[in-house]
Amino acid sequence: MFGLFLALCFSLFVLYSASGQEADMLIRQITRTGAAFVLMIAVAQIPPKYFAKASTYLYIIGVILLVLVELFGDISKGAQRWLNLGIVRIQPSEFFKVVMPLSVAAFLAKTALPPKLLHTICSFIIVGIPTVLILMQPDLGTAALVSVAGFICIFIAGLSWWWLIAGAIAGAAALPVIWNFVLHDYQKQRVFTLLDPSSDPLGAGYHIIQSKIAIGSGGLYGKGWLQGSQSQLDFLPEPHTDFIFAVLSEETGLVGFLILISLYCFIIGRCVVITLNARHNFERILCGSFTFTFMFYIFVNIGMVSGILPVVGVPLPLISYGGTAMITLMICFGIMMSIHTHKKVSFFKKDNK
Amino acid sequence: MGKQNRNEELELRVFRSRVFICIGISILMVVILFCNLYYLQIISYQDYKTRSNENSIKVMPVVPPRGIIYDRNLVVLADNAPVYHLVLFPNKQIKTKDTIVELDKLLELNLSEKDISRLLYESKTRKRFSGVELSNFLSEEQIATFAVNSYKYPNAQIVANLKRYYPFADITTHTTGYVSRINQNDVKKLASSGKLENYEGSTEIGKLGIEKFYEDSLHGETGSTKVEVNSHGQVIRTLNYEPPVPGKDLKLTIDIRLQYYAQEIFGHMKGAVVAIDPSNGEILAMYSNPSYDPNPFVRGIRSGEYKRLLDNPGHPLINRATQGGYAPASTVKPLLCVMGLNEKLITTKGNFFGAPYFKLPGSTHQFRDWRAWGHGWMDLYRAIEISADTYFYDLAYRAGINRIHDYLDRYGFGKKTGIDISEESLGINPSRDWKKSRFNQQWHLGDTVPIGIGQGYWTSTLMQLAKAHATLANRGVTRTPHLLKEMVDPTTNEITAYTQEEPEDTLKVTDPQYFEDCRIGMYLVVNGPEGTGRRAFFGAKYKAAGKSGTAQVVSIKQGEKYNAAKLKVEHRDNALFVAYAPFKQPRILVAVILENEGGGSTKAAPVARAMIDKYLLDLYPNGYMGDPNPQVVKFGMGGTVVLQ
Repeated sequence: MFGLFLALCFSLFVLYSASGQEADMLIRQITRTGAAFVLMIAVAQIPPKYFAKASTYLYIIGVILLVLVELFGDISKGAQRWLNLGIVRIQPSEFFKVVMPLSVAAFLAKTALPPKLLHTICSFIIVGIPTVLILMQPDLGTAALVSVAGFICIFIAGLSWWWLIAGAIAGAAALPVIWNFVLHDYQKQRVFTLLDPSSDPLGAGYHIIQSKIAIGSGGLYGKGWLQGSQSQLDFLPEPHTDFIFAVLSEETGLVGFLILISLYCFIIGRCVVITLNARHNFERILCGSFTFTFMFYIFVNIGMVSGILPVVGVPLPLISYGGTAMITLMICFGIMMSIHTHKKVSFFKKDNK
Repeated sequence: MGKQNRNEELELRVFRSRVFICIGISILMVVILFCNLYYLQIISYQDYKTRSNENSIKVMPVVPPRGIIYDRNLVVLADNAPVYHLVLFPNKQIKTKDTIVELDKLLELNLSEKDISRLLYESKTRKRFSGVELSNFLSEEQIATFAVNSYKYPNAQIVANLKRYYPFADITTHTTGYVSRINQNDVKKLASSGKLENYEGSTEIGKLGIEKFYEDSLHGETGSTKVEVNSHGQVIRTLNYEPPVPGKDLKLTIDIRLQYYAQEIFGHMKGAVVAIDPSNGEILAMYSNPSYDPNPFVRGIRSGEYKRLLDNPGHPLINRATQGGYAPASTVKPLLCVMGLNEKLITTKGNFFGAPYFKLPGSTHQFRDWRAWGHGWMDLYRAIEISADTYFYDLAYRAGINRIHDYLDRYGFGKKTGIDISEESLGINPSRDWKKSRFNQQWHLGDTVPIGIGQGYWTSTLMQLAKAHATLANRGVTRTPHLLKEMVDPTTNEITAYTQEEPEDTLKVTDPQYFEDCRIGMYLVVNGPEGTGRRAFFGAKYKAAGKSGTAQVVSIKQGEKYNAAKLKVEHRDNALFVAYAPFKQPRILVAVILENEGGGSTKAAPVARAMIDKYLLDLYPNGYMGDPNPQVVKFGMGGTVVLQ
């Protein structure tokens, strides 16, 4: 928790710079952070067995919402991701970042591990349905994150290596098909851009070039807080959301990255300990999935900003401006805290005997 | 759960091994990220540092030139004139407020506190490279002063730009309208219609008249230029230039000579004139007097100037041709005759005795005729010619308000004429429902009677009146009055002409002769022995038709006489006249209203005559001037008339 707190404070400093020193934005983010913290602690009070019990219902609700998005969703920035409920607009795909690991873990925990063939297939189907629905929106980034979260569950549960090898071969074989029939043009463009950003310096490559210049010119110690010329002169796109890492790197240099990654490692280390200490398969799988999905987020965001992964809309956990992602993340942490604090009074004990 | 074949040992072992594999992968990810950053920030540091200092791309909007507005003979009515203004590019390193205050002092810009706070607001909301205009129309002296001191203000620049200029000033204001600075309201509207992006860099937007109505076509599409700049924001070179799409040029139907002439005739009289080609709805002139100069609005009108316009007793800001609601008075009598004939309430030959007044059955209230001793026997032609009120009181009484309302609606009263400017009033086409919702009162028979002479609750704009009369002059074919003749794309020279969308069957009558009969009535007004417009059109070289109208502004008590000299100026009658010529195939229709000037036949008719003379004899003398083989028609009570 201390690690989380530190990371969030760090975030506020970077955000202040990234937002163009706008106090309003900072205050909103502080409010959200506070709310998310309270939510996390509230979630931590719920015993884990309720999460397992609720998972099926949550999953079904989630799928229904995704279908509704497909039918009635609001179109924003060319993609249909939002569901307008009158008062609030919700993004059901975000919901699945929590629900997916919950559902898969709950399903797998019902059987002996490692899972049998039938169970493996079933769990893949559980992962597959929402993934396909999110892909249809189209939201490649979230689809990847959600499916990875589900996949990690299956992997931790003891997925046979044969499956992995077969999957890798099938995946390689399917690539041309996906490339030709599944990916939208703009998504293909992003891959091209990644391979050679200078091919389109004014269009799609602009973000990556600017972001790499920002990071590279930061050097070892950075240009100093609020001194980044790239970020302060508005060359960077979305400096306070997905590209916030570029601001951080420009102003604090490699040292800043090391501090940030240390904080992350500390949080992840703590999560791994919770994972290893968990008493029941459901808890183990769930904690493991949350922990490594968190790592995956970090990798994808920093990788995309520093130009080794295609640009997909993934915020930097705990640092980027924005409410939804932060709340989702804090709920995950809340669930893990719950698992940690409730482990002495395990409700699964009699079953496990 | 709790199956017999579970092996917790095995499960835990598998689980642990998998977690360690994940940890391994995570460590690998961190190492990859670190290596990449080490490569970027340590190994390639110099390279990126240089690029950061020298090589950045910024995108600047290129504002398209606004379309030029021409009259029908390609005389420029709205032009783009070069001006120099002072633009501030907000920069986080430099205090914007200090700069504004210093420049204000240095160049004597006379900015008020309000101006400064507006500029500060704009500097925060505008995107970085579009800049905020501190002052437009810099004088040469100001330019020189700034040039000497410019080193102190690296974030301020003098920018040459094109500004709208209206060479005919107050003559065309109510037609062309004007452009003015984009305000927060405009920004909201543009944002909600998704056009805001196209206005990046634009400072002006059409606020009135043609400029507003055809804003989208006149504005064009903003282009962009992508330049390399160093970290201080100075341009090194241009990488890419996306030219803007210039706005379309507009050719209006207005003839500026006729418009100018209208202003000359009006002098100090308040009122308006509309001249239309009834065959196609083209507006040849539309002038409202007094008018005002739109040019100050372009540069940003000062509050004192604006207050003077608002407080002017002549209300120059109102377009009296489309916004003023007036009682149409006797000018509408021929229109009502079409209704009477079509509804079989009257015939052309039916005789009617014109008493001094009309009384409703069972009522003592006298609806007086304009002539105290009445007109004696008359038929339809003479009723129009002498404008006999009692004839039309009786007609209105027998038709009833529902029928009248229906016909007025078909003539276009009480609704927009469809003219291509946004400033248009609806007027009132009275009905039972209208009175109920307006006054919460029942409709009385007594309300119907004055409608017959265009008084009572009925109000109309001059444009509606012109449109309705054009329909009659055209023998039932309605044309939407419009100002746009054609749009020209300046790059391709592609011409898009105005297209009429008026429905064809709004005013269908059982016999087209009804229109002809009412037209003959109007012909007699101008040419007949007793016609009210006879004097004004005496000696005309063409055959015209017309109708006068004198509208009461205040009602006169029972038993009292109208005496202009005793009334306050603003309570005197409004004078109206509608006329068209040549009679057989009209090329021009003129509708005139003069506020508080008295009689339509004495005051307004000469204005209509002058306008028609100017158009037919001076400006376009080679057009159709009437049938060389005139037709002799016998009508009504034994008279004959020569139709040309």
